[in-house]
Amino acid sequence: MTEHLTTVALYRLAHGRSGDKGDTSNLSLIAWRADLYDLLEQAVTADRVAEWFAARAPSRVTRYALPQLHAMNFVLENVLDGGVNDALNLDAHGKSLSFHLLAMPITVTRDVAATLPDIHPSAA
Amino acid sequence: MPETALPLHVGCASGFSGDRTDGAAPLVAELIRLGGGYLIFETLAERTLALAQLAKNANPQQGYEPLLDELVSPVLRDCLTHGIRMVSNFGAANPHAAARRIEAIAREQGLRLPRIAVITGDALDDPELIASLCARVTPALAPTEVVSATVYLGAGEIAEALRAGADIVVAGRVADPALTLGPALAHFGWAMDDWEKLGRATMAGHMLECGTQVTGGYFAVPGLKDVPGLDHTGFPLMTMHEDGSFEISKPPATGGRVDVAIGTEQLLYEVHDPAAYLTPDVVADISHATVAQTGPDRISVNGVTGHPRPDTLKVNVCYRGGWLAEAEISYAGVQAQARAQLAGEIVRKRIGQAMPVRVDLIGVMSILADDAGVMQGERTAATAHHPASAGDVRLRVAGSHPDRAVAERVLREVTALYCCGPAGGGGVRTHMRQRLNMVSTLVERNEIKAGWYMMENRQ
Repeated sequence: MTEHLTTVALYRLAHGRSGDKGDTSNLSLIAWRADLYDLLEQAVTADRVAEWFAARAPSRVTRYALPQLHAMNFVLENVLDGGVNDALNLDAHGKSLSFHLLAMPITVTRDVAATLPDIHPSAA
Repeated sequence: MPETALPLHVGCASGFSGDRTDGAAPLVAELIRLGGGYLIFETLAERTLALAQLAKNANPQQGYEPLLDELVSPVLRDCLTHGIRMVSNFGAANPHAAARRIEAIAREQGLRLPRIAVITGDALDDPELIASLCARVTPALAPTEVVSATVYLGAGEIAEALRAGADIVVAGRVADPALTLGPALAHFGWAMDDWEKLGRATMAGHMLECGTQVTGGYFAVPGLKDVPGLDHTGFPLMTMHEDGSFEISKPPATGGRVDVAIGTEQLLYEVHDPAAYLTPDVVADISHATVAQTGPDRISVNGVTGHPRPDTLKVNVCYRGGWLAEAEISYAGVQAQARAQLAGEIVRKRIGQAMPVRVDLIGVMSILADDAGVMQGERTAATAHHPASAGDVRLRVAGSHPDRAVAERVLREVTALYCCGPAGGGGVRTHMRQRLNMVSTLVERNEIKAGWYMMENRQ
């Protein structure tokens, strides 16, 4: 890695929430600021998300871009171990999945990293 | 009569069956201050209706939202006095009985008898149709296993009942946004093919239908996304104008927050293709929508459009599944993670091929893991013998089988770990329940007969 680059967790660039319908999960990803959207769109591709959730074996990952909301919507099919019908998982709705996505490491410049929000120390 | 000049106010006091029941009073106070409006309660998740049908099978007077009294009683007097009209799907599998219960509450409180309308046609009980649905969704499904088959109705019947003067509209399965679109149609008198306005009111309903998820619930991350007052979060209030443009806010002196970040998360919640949010009344389109802060705890959603409604309606078919057995035991202190892991291996070996079993180590990895145990294996292999391995671990074993007696083995094997398992296992809890499985399919509109009646005509 070159000197001017660093790695941050995705939650510093964006926030989002999980929703479910049957065995399909949708994960929204909303940039904290409009100027971070292009970086987000380049870094968090459908392929990268599919790879990040590989252990859950999604049959398909679709990404919908919503630049006017500086947001993206990811739809992960067959990712809930069968959904509420069949899963033995405690969280059959996949409520926790957005926070797994937000742990994804993203490479950014140190200049950009210096501008990103992070967990406020007083709450740590 | 459409009151085209006045804005429409809708408060949503419940986002699911089991939500807080103290959301309505602050909304009603605000609606009174605003000069009237609608109070809606969304209480039906996908499976809630099948559970309600089982309750109705056991007792024909039951089968509606179990918390109906707690939702309605505290605000019924103010609503009837000030002309605030209620619309809800809390009728679940038995809207008629729910309406009867509300009449009884009114009598108990010494109030005038409210005019209550009941929406009909969502429950599909024609044996031929059920058999046809079963054949469509999965050939293996026997019609006798079906607990409930319900179609998502639209807002048309709700609007008709309101125009006819209903104080309260009790529905079972209607599309969640219809609870908001119905009042909007009745209030503004829009045509049923005014797709842009229907799309806007549908997304207003979408923003409201999960209750506090648009006012600060399901959002907080301490230190990163803090939300004030989550112990007394305000439920959402929506104000709409004749062109369908709308704002979301919350009652004063309540906790939570309404801002662009929270609103954007809820706008995309459970959305797949943003250009095609399918409902019975319209295909709403948020592909060009924006969210703006218009005041303290107040946002507007702009740029929503709509396209012609689908030709088909969605049906949920719920049927009896197998038995789900879950059991837990805890290990703490020295080598806790290794002991919990050993306990899981023992149970796996003893159950063998009898049924699929999942093992979680709560405190190490549980809900992020997959049923097959791939992630669990990687995590435990990397950390089990590490000095910093988890020191307070709860083993959870889950198994499922069509035969209850087989599923029981999960409970027995985990319980037996008290004496036969690794050292120091404590706090066994076991739980067994029958699963309700669900599949969705589509029906043609002409297969469905939606309607409504006023209770006063059925005494």
